[in-house]
Amino acid sequence: MFSNNDVLETIAMVQEEHLDIRTITMGLSLLSCIRDSAEETARKVYDLVCTKAENIVKTASDLSREYGIPIVNKRVSVTPVSMLCAAFPEKAPLIGKALDDAAATLGIDFLGGYSALVHKATAEYERIFIRTIPEVLATTKRLCASVNVGSTKSGINMEAVKMMGEVFKEAAFLTKEADGIGAAKLVAFCNAVEDNPFMAGAFHGVGEADVVVNVGVSGPGVVKHALEQIPDADLTEAAEMIKRTAFKITRAGQLVARQAAKRLNAQFGIVDLSLAPTPAMGDSVAQILEELGIETVGGHGTTAALAMLNDAVKKGGVMASSRVGGLSGAFIPVSEDIGMIRAAEAGKITLDKLEAMTCVCSVGLDMIAIPGDTPATTIAAMIADEAAIGRINNKTTAVRIIPAPNKTVGDSVNFGGLLGRAPIMPVHNCDSSRLILRGGNIPAPIHSFKN
Amino acid sequence: MRAVVTVTGKDQKGIIAKVSAFLAERGVNIEDISQTILSEYFAMIMIVDFSDATTELSVLAEECAALGKQIGMSIYVQHEDIFNAMHNV
Repeated sequence: MFSNNDVLETIAMVQEEHLDIRTITMGLSLLSCIRDSAEETARKVYDLVCTKAENIVKTASDLSREYGIPIVNKRVSVTPVSMLCAAFPEKAPLIGKALDDAAATLGIDFLGGYSALVHKATAEYERIFIRTIPEVLATTKRLCASVNVGSTKSGINMEAVKMMGEVFKEAAFLTKEADGIGAAKLVAFCNAVEDNPFMAGAFHGVGEADVVVNVGVSGPGVVKHALEQIPDADLTEAAEMIKRTAFKITRAGQLVARQAAKRLNAQFGIVDLSLAPTPAMGDSVAQILEELGIETVGGHGTTAALAMLNDAVKKGGVMASSRVGGLSGAFIPVSEDIGMIRAAEAGKITLDKLEAMTCVCSVGLDMIAIPGDTPATTIAAMIADEAAIGRINNKTTAVRIIPAPNKTVGDSVNFGGLLGRAPIMPVHNCDSSRLILRGGNIPAPIHSFKN
Repeated sequence: MRAVVTVTGKDQKGIIAKVSAFLAERGVNIEDISQTILSEYFAMIMIVDFSDATTELSVLAEECAALGKQIGMSIYVQHEDIFNAMHNV
């Protein structure tokens, strides 16, 4: 049984500390939709998504009211679309349009899975598919795309890395009226996971069941508040407090996930333990790191504090849930975190520090705006760096970077809503093109003789 | 099926009467009440059984929130499972 204090604590978490279920994401297999033609496949895709996910918004709203916890986002992830159109890759945008239409019909904000998995090599149909991404992101509103360019098992596909540098540039250029928002809906992964509920990188892996419900919980504000209660605690105690808080947050997520799966006739997939910030005040991962004792996020010690936070969240969360998966770590997007935005505006956090931070947390260089004239090969080199971190460390890493058209250091971009705003951050201006143009594969790493 | 009704706000006359009458009208049975006043701040937590309620829990939660606004208090209705999940190992 619970005490009165437990009741009041839960209410305070929601009312004052931004506790919420960040997303209920329904994963749908679209493999049964493949037909002879792109047109017919697109029709089947639209029908399947609209039928299977028909009640997702209503169910989330009911659960939210019954348990008194906001459920912020309702989303759908689907089988990587490149697999559906291997026979007609140049017509893949028709499937993209059908998915975007389905998302609009359902009333959800994002649908993920305009994706390709090319971590070892790029098949011809995937090459054509990846080239369609910028145009599709520019002509749809709710669709998100991702490409897996490397993995610990297979190394890094440098042809795909080079291509993604160009795809990011073009996706931003084609949406230049909106600060390059196309690139904000695009992720390049290494070691992509099949059950990630968070956008923009969600897709439904082929190893999954037909219809699955995955839930992403959140609560940076709750963790920060808990730490504020013990300002003089040593880091052992602080880690313990984070663990206990993560436990409670995750239990709420697990309850909602199970109920949502039951009501939506889906399998309960996983609870993703990530701390996901929003641009709202008091909902920031950066501010947790500052609460731990760093004046401004980005200062020396940031990586250590983040490593501890990330690990403690996982320890508490794993104990709380029977099925943990997805990305499960602290997210450090720049434009979606008020603490990060401030540090970036003050020049206190750099791309180099962000890269170091991605070694110890999920997920990667996330929502970072860079000058629009950054060469595609430089962006590709950033993707290669991140992929290398993921490949060596057996973890998921990603790049979601926005080369903001016609903007440079000193300017800023504003995407509004959950995507937030960010100052343009400087990048190194030395030329990395010779590395990128070499092509080939960075071989899979050896996992012995660790140093 | 049980839920927890939490009422907080500035103390005034007749809060319990209003809330319990409202719940009774909707077929909700109160099983336990605890209430304290801390420097004019009123906090009441009720455990209620809504098995025979005339409305669904999600609707009841909205109606109670609206009643709270009317009488100048905050009223939350939440399924007890959320507290069991979060506060028990």
